Amino acid sequence: MLIELGHFALALALLVALVQGTMPLLGAARGNPAWMAMAEPAAIVQSLLCAFAFAALTHAYIVSDFSVIGVAQNSHTAKPLLYKISGVWGNHEGSMVLWITVLSVFGAAVALFGANLPRTLKARTLAVQGLIGAGFITFILFTSNPFIRLNPAPAQGNGLNPLLQDPGLAFHPPMLYLGYVGFSVAFSFAVAALLEGRVDSAWARWVRPWTLAAWVFLTLGIGLGSWWAYYELGWGGWWFWDPVENASFIPWLTGTALLHSAIVVERREALKSWTILLAIITFSLSLLGTFLVRSGILTSVHAFAADPARGVFVLALLAVAIGGSFTLYAFRAPAVDGGGVFSPISREGGLLINNLLLTTAATTVLLGTLYPLIADALELGKLSVGAPYFNAVFVPLMAPLVILTGIGPLLAWKRGDLAGALQRLKAAAGLAALALIATLALNGVDLINIAAAGGMAIAVWLFAASVTEWLSRVRGQDGLSWQRIVNLPRSAYGMTCAHLGMAVLVAGVTGATAWKEERIESLKPGEHIELAGYRVTFNTARDVRGPNYAALQGEYTVTRDGAAVATMRPEKRNFSQPVQQTTEAAIHTTGISDLYVVIGDMDGAEGAFVTRVYHEPFVPFLWYGVLLMGLGGLVSLSDRRHRIGAARRVSAPTHALPAE
Amino acid sequence: MSSPEISAPPKRWPLVVPLVVVIALIALFGKRLADVEGGDDPRLLPTVLLNTPFPEMDLAALPNRAFGGLATTDLKGEVSLVNVWGSWCVACLAEHPLLVALNKEKTVPIHGIAWRDPPEASLKWLAQHGDPYTRVGQDPRSTAAIALGVTGAPETFVVDAQGVIRYKHIGPITPEVWQTKLAPLIAQLKK
Repeated sequence: MLIELGHFALALALLVALVQGTMPLLGAARGNPAWMAMAEPAAIVQSLLCAFAFAALTHAYIVSDFSVIGVAQNSHTAKPLLYKISGVWGNHEGSMVLWITVLSVFGAAVALFGANLPRTLKARTLAVQGLIGAGFITFILFTSNPFIRLNPAPAQGNGLNPLLQDPGLAFHPPMLYLGYVGFSVAFSFAVAALLEGRVDSAWARWVRPWTLAAWVFLTLGIGLGSWWAYYELGWGGWWFWDPVENASFIPWLTGTALLHSAIVVERREALKSWTILLAIITFSLSLLGTFLVRSGILTSVHAFAADPARGVFVLALLAVAIGGSFTLYAFRAPAVDGGGVFSPISREGGLLINNLLLTTAATTVLLGTLYPLIADALELGKLSVGAPYFNAVFVPLMAPLVILTGIGPLLAWKRGDLAGALQRLKAAAGLAALALIATLALNGVDLINIAAAGGMAIAVWLFAASVTEWLSRVRGQDGLSWQRIVNLPRSAYGMTCAHLGMAVLVAGVTGATAWKEERIESLKPGEHIELAGYRVTFNTARDVRGPNYAALQGEYTVTRDGAAVATMRPEKRNFSQPVQQTTEAAIHTTGISDLYVVIGDMDGAEGAFVTRVYHEPFVPFLWYGVLLMGLGGLVSLSDRRHRIGAARRVSAPTHALPAE
Repeated sequence: MSSPEISAPPKRWPLVVPLVVVIALIALFGKRLADVEGGDDPRLLPTVLLNTPFPEMDLAALPNRAFGGLATTDLKGEVSLVNVWGSWCVACLAEHPLLVALNKEKTVPIHGIAWRDPPEASLKWLAQHGDPYTRVGQDPRSTAAIALGVTGAPETFVVDAQGVIRYKHIGPITPEVWQTKLAPLIAQLKK
């Protein structure tokens, strides 16, 4: 019964979304306040209906109601509660309901918190949000309905892919959707601004917190996915340039660009048309990600069960949403252009270069991801593009970006003093050179270590430059001032934190790529593997049982110079419903590097097991970096000029120009 | 030091560029979707195995069946189907009646690979649901499944008379799959 109510609520949400998508738009065009005012209640009601539909579906998963087709296909009574719930979005239909729920909740948030928005801008923004919602609810109801009943109901369900039965992956999709879908708000604001024909710094101030929030979620979502791949897939890898990973990474790159260009609009009213374009592109790429995962047109381990009918529908949605907004852009962008002029060497100039590098990087990743498709369409044969391409094109674009990220914040708005900025970065340059030399001295001079030394040097450079920039803000003639430290706006701290995170991430990527070591050997009880100063001794293997799996658990004693370090227990889990094996690597971390042990198959009759040991230096830095970046976003989000109601009243600029 | 001031150029044509790119991409995706619908599914194996000889294996028989286990040499001389299945596999049960019916028609021998399945369980399941297989080999340690690149059960390989893999179907065989894909291919291979 609840399921039917959920189904009904979703159908009702479609009607509400249609009203939300049309009446306020007409009202804004005709100056009819009553029609415009319909946007807010419609957005709130739509989100309540979607949330109810989502809750009804979740309930069916929790109580294992196998008369619902999605539950029968994806759930099982023996699953732990967490995975019964995460099973809701572990499949295409349910994940779409989550998607639409997040979308409508963002719409409701704009309705509730956008009290200061000009009436027409708010009406139009919510209308665009409503139209996106209407499109996707239609998609769910007609091609991907999770509320369909199965008759007769099976006694037991098929279960969830065991790889997905993991806490990391339980929260990875919701995070990612919060990011993807969060960019819809920037998109709706951009389309609304094009309709209004007006973009100013107030507009940027409204858009930025939403972009920032979406960016934080996407950053953490991608990080969570990478972390999961690292500890669950058992290869010790953390990024594979898989099409679906790329599909989330490309909007992250353009979203990062958007975040920075919106600052220029806010502070200087320049780059307006470009910022609008980025907002449209970023959400379009999020939609593209949704399409690629669900249509079956790309080969990926992540792909949902594909159905061409769905693909056609999503493609049509894409064509309308993206094609429509770009057409609007082509006609209306000249109306929003103009604004402050600036010298190439200035804060704006630096942010512009940041944008160019980020969008170029996004384009190259997109090209690599779609190249198999393009090649196939042009009859160049079936092929796949792998990590070598991405590393070869991505790294040369990121290295200058990281270096410039150190300099940009030290330049003044409008016209900067490059020589002065570099003068202040002498210490940072010195430290970077030191890192370069130390890396080579410690590891020897060969091709890999030269590249690694370069990576470490720019990581140290960015870290030191970010600290220098912070110091230059809080230090006056009289030395460090507590007053200045406290008064520095949160957005400044957010930036510093995120840039430090970037530096830590670069160090992590560099170290983890260059110095990963692995050994694979067949070990009998008592035998050991030596790697990176550790001695990993295999003691025994035994069978253990989990709630819905049986596992082989190996026990390994790890020592270093004869001193006990840890006992590690990797597992190989055999799930029966559905039948699949998963590896549970045992990871011992020092906080700087990880020791990673995986137990494989039995080898021969004498109790020997294939054992893989990886030494993964600097991998923890990846997670620290991602967390610092996310934290930076949150701190910046808490800046008082973003706070509800403050948007209009705060008129004085809160950024202090660097003292000079 | 003065440097030239820059501002956004007022030219109009660059504004249309994104739209053109989007239209091109949508056309590309549309074509690809049409291909997928037309049967050219990219997921149907980046099959390195397609048109290569069936990998070497010699799998033990299930006890007390008329024909023996499955070895690579058994696949030469006649077009055949090799079906990877297990008594634990729900989707295999869905395709099973079709396999039983096909076996009655005697168009093509169907061999089974009992993947990660205790022999008693396999035999009990076959007794219960019908036994369409000519030969059945046991694959308790996934050696055959790994050699074949099996990602899940059921999967079915079409092997020609020279013992070369000509097609791989992932998932249950439906009557539609049989009529539109497997049957025509088998008829053609038999010529």
